[in-house]
Amino acid sequence: MTVLATVGYYEDWWIQLLKALVIFAVVFQFVPIVLLAERKILGRFQHRYGPNRVGLFGALQPMADIGKLLFKEQFRPNGSVGWLFALAPAISMFTAVAVLAIVPFSNTVDIFGTQVGLYGIDPSIGILYAFAFGGIAFYGLMLGGWASGGKYAFLGSMRAAAQLISYEIAQGLALVGLIMMAGTLSLTEIVQYQEDHLWFILPQFVGFIIWLVAGFAETNRPPFDLAEADAELVQGYSTEYGGGRFAAFYAAEYLNIIVVSAITVTLFLGGWSIPGVDPPTWVDPIVVLVKTLLLVFLFIWIRATLPRLRYDQLMSLGWKVFLPLATVNALVTAILVVET
Amino acid sequence: MPYDPGPDVVEVVRAPKGGPVRGTYRAFGETLRGMKTVLGRWAEGPHTYQYPEEKTPVYPRFRGRHKLHRFEDTGLEKCVGCSLCAAACPADCIRVVAAENTPDNRVSAGERYAAVYEINLSRCIFCGYCEAACPFDAITMGHDYELSDYNRSDLIFTKEMLLAEPLERTPLRSAGE
Repeated sequence: MTVLATVGYYEDWWIQLLKALVIFAVVFQFVPIVLLAERKILGRFQHRYGPNRVGLFGALQPMADIGKLLFKEQFRPNGSVGWLFALAPAISMFTAVAVLAIVPFSNTVDIFGTQVGLYGIDPSIGILYAFAFGGIAFYGLMLGGWASGGKYAFLGSMRAAAQLISYEIAQGLALVGLIMMAGTLSLTEIVQYQEDHLWFILPQFVGFIIWLVAGFAETNRPPFDLAEADAELVQGYSTEYGGGRFAAFYAAEYLNIIVVSAITVTLFLGGWSIPGVDPPTWVDPIVVLVKTLLLVFLFIWIRATLPRLRYDQLMSLGWKVFLPLATVNALVTAILVVET
Repeated sequence: MPYDPGPDVVEVVRAPKGGPVRGTYRAFGETLRGMKTVLGRWAEGPHTYQYPEEKTPVYPRFRGRHKLHRFEDTGLEKCVGCSLCAAACPADCIRVVAAENTPDNRVSAGERYAAVYEINLSRCIFCGYCEAACPFDAITMGHDYELSDYNRSDLIFTKEMLLAEPLERTPLRSAGE
C-alpha cells in the first residue's frame, strides 16, 4: 500500500477523538464571540455602539441571532436543485472545521502521564491538507449559488469560483519560500523552526503580505467580498438561503476567518512561541488564541477601512501583481536558501 | 499635447503617476493611512443617542405635535373658535366647532370658544400653517415627536389632550449643538 502521508506523532484513537472534541468545542466558542466582536468593533469604527441591547453590553446578540435563524422556516426556491441546495452549507461548514485539525496549539505535552500533542493531527503534508480542504470549500459557495436557481446567487457563485481559484494560486506560491526555508510541510515543525530562528513574518514579509491578502480573498471578506457584494448582488451565493442553512453559511464564514488567522499565526507569527520568553506549556494554546484573535481584529479593521474592489481590479491584482510577486519571492528565497 | 484648461483654472489634479514600486508604496501607504483614520474614529467615541432612554434633542423651532394654550393669568383658553387654522390646513385635519361664551360658562377670552377642537394627527403633515394662521397664538407646534399608536382613532387628538402639558418633555438642543 502506498503511504500518502505520515503523521508526526501517533496516539490512541480515544485520545484523538477526545482531542478533536475539545479543539472543536473550544474554537467553536469563538465563532459567536467573533460575530459579536465584528459588529461591535465595526460600530466603534463608524461612531456607533453596535449591538448593546440583548444581554449585558449586547453579549447575547449572537445567541439571539442564531435562535432567530434556527426557528425560521426551511424553504427553498422553486428552481433550485434540492440535494445540492442542502449540501452546500454542509460543505462550507465541514471544510472550515476540517482545517482546524492541523492548527497546532502546542507541541506534545504531558497530561496526566500521557504524551498528548495539542493539535488535531500533524500530517507530514500539513499545509497541503489546508489547501486541499480550501479547494473543497469552493464547492460550498459554488454549489450553493448554482443550486439556488437565482440569478444573483448564480452571479455570486461565478465570482466566487473565479476569485477563489485565482487567489489560491498566489496563496500557494506565497508559501513556497517559507516551506523551502523551513524544509518541511508539517505545521508543528514550521513552528519549531520559528522558535529556533526568526518568525517567518520577517524573512518572508512579501510572502506574508501575499498570503494575508489572498487569505482575505479566500474567506470572502471585504475588500474581496465580491461573491457576496450586498450592494450589487443582494447577498451573492447565499441570497436564496434562510434559516438554519444560512446560519451554517454564516458560521462557516466566521469559522473560516478564525481558521485562516490561526494558520497565519502558525506559519508566519511563530505559533505558540514568544521571542525571548519561555512560558510553561499550558500558556501555549492561550498564546496561539490571543495571536489569532489579534489577526481577526485585523480582518475587521480592514473591513472597516477598505472599499470593495471592482471585478477587474480584483483579477488584475491577483494575476498581474500577486502571482508574479509570489513567483519572484519563491525564486529569490530559493537562491538564498541554496547559497547559505 | 497636454490638455490646456485655460487661464481660469488654477490647478489640475491628475491621477498619480509612477512605476510599480511607487504604485506599491502608494497602495501600502494609503491603506495604512486609511487604517489609521478608521482607528481615529474609534478614538473619537460614538456620536449616537441611546434613543429610547435618551431622546434626540430638537431645535427650538422644531415642528412636533400641536399644543393649545391658555392665558397664564386668567386660565382662559386663547382659542376663540375662529376656524382659521382649519381653513389654512392643507391636509384638512383640523375640526373646530365653535360655541358662544356665556357669563356662567366663560371658556375663552373672546366672544366664542372652541367647543370641539380635534386634530387628526394621522393626516397632519406638520407644516405649521395652523400656527401661522392663528390670530391669537392659541395653537403652536410643540416638540413631541413620539406619535405612534396602535389605532388610527387614537391619533385623533381632542382639545383636552392638546391643552394638557406633555408628560415627558422633549430635550431641546442648546446653542451650537
